[in-house]
Amino acid sequence: MSTTTIGAVFDRPARGNWLSLALIWLVLISMPLWIGAVGGYTALASRVLIFGLAAMGLNFLLGFTGVMSFGHAAYFGLGCYGTGLMLRYVTNSTLLAVLAGIVLGTLAGALFGALIVRRTGVYFAMLTIAFGQICYYIAYSWNDFTGGYDGLRGFQRQPIGIGPWIIDIQNNGVTFYYFVFVVFALCIALMGLLLRSPFGRTLIAIRENPRRARFLGIPIARHIWLSFTFSTFFTAAAGALYALLNNFADPSTLYYVISGDIVIMAVMGGMRSFWGPLIGAFVFVVLQDTISSMTVNWMSFIGLVFVVVVLFFPRGILGFIRRRAAT
Amino acid sequence: MWCCSSRAASWASSAAGPPHEPFGRPNGAGKTTFFNLITGFFPPTSGQILLDGKDITRTSAVDRVAMGMARTFQVTEIFPELSIRENIRIAVESSGGFRLRPWLGRHEAAQVRERIDEMLIATRLTEQADRLVGELAHGDQRSAEIAMALALKPRILLLDEPTAGMGEQETYQVAGLIRRLHRHTGYTIVLIEHDMRVVFNLADRITVLDQGRMLAEGTPQEISEHPAVQAAYLGTVQ
Repeated sequence: MSTTTIGAVFDRPARGNWLSLALIWLVLISMPLWIGAVGGYTALASRVLIFGLAAMGLNFLLGFTGVMSFGHAAYFGLGCYGTGLMLRYVTNSTLLAVLAGIVLGTLAGALFGALIVRRTGVYFAMLTIAFGQICYYIAYSWNDFTGGYDGLRGFQRQPIGIGPWIIDIQNNGVTFYYFVFVVFALCIALMGLLLRSPFGRTLIAIRENPRRARFLGIPIARHIWLSFTFSTFFTAAAGALYALLNNFADPSTLYYVISGDIVIMAVMGGMRSFWGPLIGAFVFVVLQDTISSMTVNWMSFIGLVFVVVVLFFPRGILGFIRRRAAT
Repeated sequence: MWCCSSRAASWASSAAGPPHEPFGRPNGAGKTTFFNLITGFFPPTSGQILLDGKDITRTSAVDRVAMGMARTFQVTEIFPELSIRENIRIAVESSGGFRLRPWLGRHEAAQVRERIDEMLIATRLTEQADRLVGELAHGDQRSAEIAMALALKPRILLLDEPTAGMGEQETYQVAGLIRRLHRHTGYTIVLIEHDMRVVFNLADRITVLDQGRMLAEGTPQEISEHPAVQAAYLGTVQ
């Protein structure tokens, strides 16, 4: 049974896996068509993809390298602010702004990662929280530049011009969804490529047994640093898209609560599987949306679901589905 | 702590040295500590470690692997949730210098596959190749760990109690594997073992450690006749 979860990363997908892969992409690509029928709306679909990317990005580090970060909100939020600030102060180009958000988040991840990569376990996780909180307080207190407590307003995603065509992501939510989808797909393709590569196998080796990995000649600290940097890259990309979705950068995107949300999505969905965090993000975002309209205590319901999943399906929702499918 | 004297280290690391160097000694004698020092698991408090006359005392464990040192552990260290093939693949790709590669060329991928198959055949694991290592019998796990060490193309292969905790059958299997490796490869094999039958069966030369000190060194014949060794170890057994 574990062969299917782990082996699927290495080997060419078997026919069943091709089928589920096709199904996943079909569901994602058609989401704007059916999400209204089940009581959702297009922006909710975009949010699922965005948090799915953030959670899968975290899971690159957590599930496939075995290293815990409780501070990924920092890179999500920096992606947000990088994009927002670029649109607000520098350019009208949405693509350049997204790029700026990704670069800002990834650069911060690479630099901070280099500082902490030799710490292990709880110390590593604590330092990641600390860095996130530093970013939060900077955004919170720098009123003139970041908008402080009120967040960064005064920017809007702009239509994208490619040659003679103009793609209106500004006013058309569905078009914007497909813009998010394309960025998501590119990131996920890169992630899949990395995890199936010799480099990806060194990460899984580190997760499985760091001591053995070291004595196979794998420089562990360097590889964890690379994994951390890639992970922040994916999460920053999600943050950049989030700024565009809301036309707003909120200091709470940098707050450690968001880090916790992303961890919950990854663990709830199944951190040993590639797609698990996306499912976790779907459940989280949809529950949040429906329950928060009924009660301010929506988090206690998500907490309940989380506890049930962790207690009864330790491999997450996707792990549970897989096991059922296998028997 | 037992400190690695330059003398003890330099013979162990001489690539021209005899292919078999089993260590015999009662528990707590410092065998594993000795391994940990020469492979760079932790640094010595004093003294030097030489490899082919070159000082590697400050060289990292990872760099020592690149210089041709491969080891196994007393408690088998493998990747339990991966198949034997994937376990070996990681070792092969690491030693091939593909650690940072986002993909392999067709030719390289074929080379990797061929090398994995070679290791599987050498350790007689071909039939179980696609099973998870964590599900295998102890003896097969040991063989898989040795296959990974072999995949690093070591000049010195350090085996830490390869038959620890094994029954007759498995001890026989692993000892047979080590003997075949000795015959078919040019590696210097340094073996730590407290099972005296295994030591005398495999060794060309034996060093006996006692309380972190070298008690005796010589051929199996010389060692079995050595009075201090008989007092320290053999005497208590026989």
